[in-house]
Amino acid sequence: MGSASATISSEPVLTERLRTLRAAGRRALVCYVTAGHPDADASLRLLRELPEAGADVLEVGVPFSDPLADGPIIQGSSQEALAQGVTLGRSLDLIAEAKSSAPVVLFSYLNPLIAAGPEVLQRAHAAGVSGVLVTDLPVGADPAREAWLGSGPLEFVRLVAPTTPAERMAEIARHGRGFVYLISRLGVTGVHQGVAATLPETITRLRGVCELPICVGFGISSPAQAREVGALADGIVVGSALVQAAGVGGVDAALALVRGLRAALDEVAG
Amino acid sequence: MTQVATDRFGAFGGRYVPETLVPALDALEIALAEAVADPAFERELTYLLETYVGRPSPLSDAPALSARIGASVWLKREDLNHTGAHKINNALAQALLAKRMGKRRIIAETGAGQHGVATATVCARLGLECVVYMGEEDMRRQELNVFRMRLMGATVVPVTAGTRTLKDATSEAIRDWVATCEDSHYIIGSVVGPAPYPRMVRDFQAIIGREARAQMLQRAGRLPNVVVACVGGGSNAMGIFHAFVGDPSVRLVGVEAAGEGLESGRHSASLSKGVPGVLHGTLSYLLQDADGQVHPAHSISAGLDYPGVGPEHSFLRDSGRAEYVSVTDGAALHGFQLLSRLEGIIPALETSHAVAWLAEQAGRFPADDAILLCVSGRGDKDVGQVSTMLDLEGKA
Ligand SMILES: Cc1ncc(COP(=O)(O)O)c(C=O)c1O
Repeated sequence: MGSASATISSEPVLTERLRTLRAAGRRALVCYVTAGHPDADASLRLLRELPEAGADVLEVGVPFSDPLADGPIIQGSSQEALAQGVTLGRSLDLIAEAKSSAPVVLFSYLNPLIAAGPEVLQRAHAAGVSGVLVTDLPVGADPAREAWLGSGPLEFVRLVAPTTPAERMAEIARHGRGFVYLISRLGVTGVHQGVAATLPETITRLRGVCELPICVGFGISSPAQAREVGALADGIVVGSALVQAAGVGGVDAALALVRGLRAALDEVAG
Repeated sequence: MTQVATDRFGAFGGRYVPETLVPALDALEIALAEAVADPAFERELTYLLETYVGRPSPLSDAPALSARIGASVWLKREDLNHTGAHKINNALAQALLAKRMGKRRIIAETGAGQHGVATATVCARLGLECVVYMGEEDMRRQELNVFRMRLMGATVVPVTAGTRTLKDATSEAIRDWVATCEDSHYIIGSVVGPAPYPRMVRDFQAIIGREARAQMLQRAGRLPNVVVACVGGGSNAMGIFHAFVGDPSVRLVGVEAAGEGLESGRHSASLSKGVPGVLHGTLSYLLQDADGQVHPAHSISAGLDYPGVGPEHSFLRDSGRAEYVSVTDGAALHGFQLLSRLEGIIPALETSHAVAWLAEQAGRFPADDAILLCVSGRGDKDVGQVSTMLDLEGKA
């Protein structure tokens, strides 16, 4: 591997990756894929080849039967992966096998994590996971389980929504690690045109109370959106568009999409 | 500041939702507290419950059923409410609350269609826009209710994801609300979902038990020994239980759907066979596999066909204050016919589960026991489905 880690820094992997990018004036490209979608082989290839196409961080979605926060594309990918027997355990196997060069954030609903038991965070870490993000566990909802997720070996990434008031943003920023995931628009994941009109103002509010890098996701799919959001935030998250590309056009189509987004994002610097 | 962690029933309940909904739930919590403290809200609700819904609902004695069971059975007649079930108690109260909050668009999910019909009804009455999510499978099973909702101006959206039943309709309704929470209110149909829904829906349904308790004292001169109700999400059961929870002499029995049998894997008995887990924003007993994937539920009755259950029932189960039993599809069909024949009351298939449990207990109660059964709804919506399953002439 190129990045021979002679570093003795104990800085967590995800935090370090985002700090390095920020120092270099580069925007982070966070790429979401559903584990096991479109199939296990393609999923492995994606985890291995996305970093070279331009992904800085990988979010790996754990397929769940009832993905409340997801639109039809990610719902469909979860169903397909589940039909092939990919649940949390298989997701971790795929991550371990892929040995991706980019930090991996496990993106899960709470129930599969609870069902897997308290040791799952150690297992995930051993599989090469750096961070964890839980869609249906907002800050303050379950202090015991939040403490469990936050005090283990993984960096616990928290989410902010366009509806989140400023005081709560500050509370979330205090609890978050790695970066803050800012949901760009009201609604579930999906592919949208344009950027929510409220986004610049939301980012300004969040910046006022948050030191962590801010990555913006939900609905970002095109280079034009990447440029626009990249000019405002520290990074972008692309999910549904990537899952759709992988489902329709296969791994190569997904990689092409990511190269396009990378190029667009690199036009924004400083 | 946010209260997200506080609203629990023991370990159960909570608010396991996407961040976007947290402020909406906070706002709902505040609006609810203000509304219940405002006599004007209480007045308007009571006025509509009396003049539009038809409350108080009667308490009927049941001579033939009592003779069959060997104890005196009393029926709390929620089937006589406007729209034919208990669901309207909650739908009406939440719609009034939505109006207070300035929300003009209402979202609902429905299984049997009873909650959808109740919501469409109150929206027509109050001039609110209404969108109801319903699984495609349930739209087939409950065609007439789809027509009723559309007749009253509601938009019925077919849900084709997953099992195409109540579970997926609920997910889809929540997805709508995540996108529209600033101008829409989500009227959940049972004591499920994120806080404050389970407590709010229970409080809006608690009128069932308040009335029934007073009616029992007046008519029978005593409290019942047993209160029995069917449990899907658990709103009619919580509604009738709540007034009796503080009466230690009263046995509380919730009847779940055992579908094709508890060992068949095809049932909806979350409290009997589930494991605590998180679905639709709440921590409660849940039908799920070892990987934490939600297991599809099954019941002959669309209104019980749900893999989760209200968190307060999980609490009452674990604390031993209530007991939960189950009866099969076949037994429910028997209960459906039994109440029809013996009392001239055609019960909903959901209610038929409670009737069936009672029938199975025949001869086991002391003769001077009084049993209160919640007739959560009437069976008109089910006669089409049941008539294709039964050959009445052949059996006559
Ligand atoms: C008549 C009737 N009873 C019971 C139920 C089950 O709901 P719950 O358990 O919330 O009372 C339904 C649901 O549709 C219903 O229509």
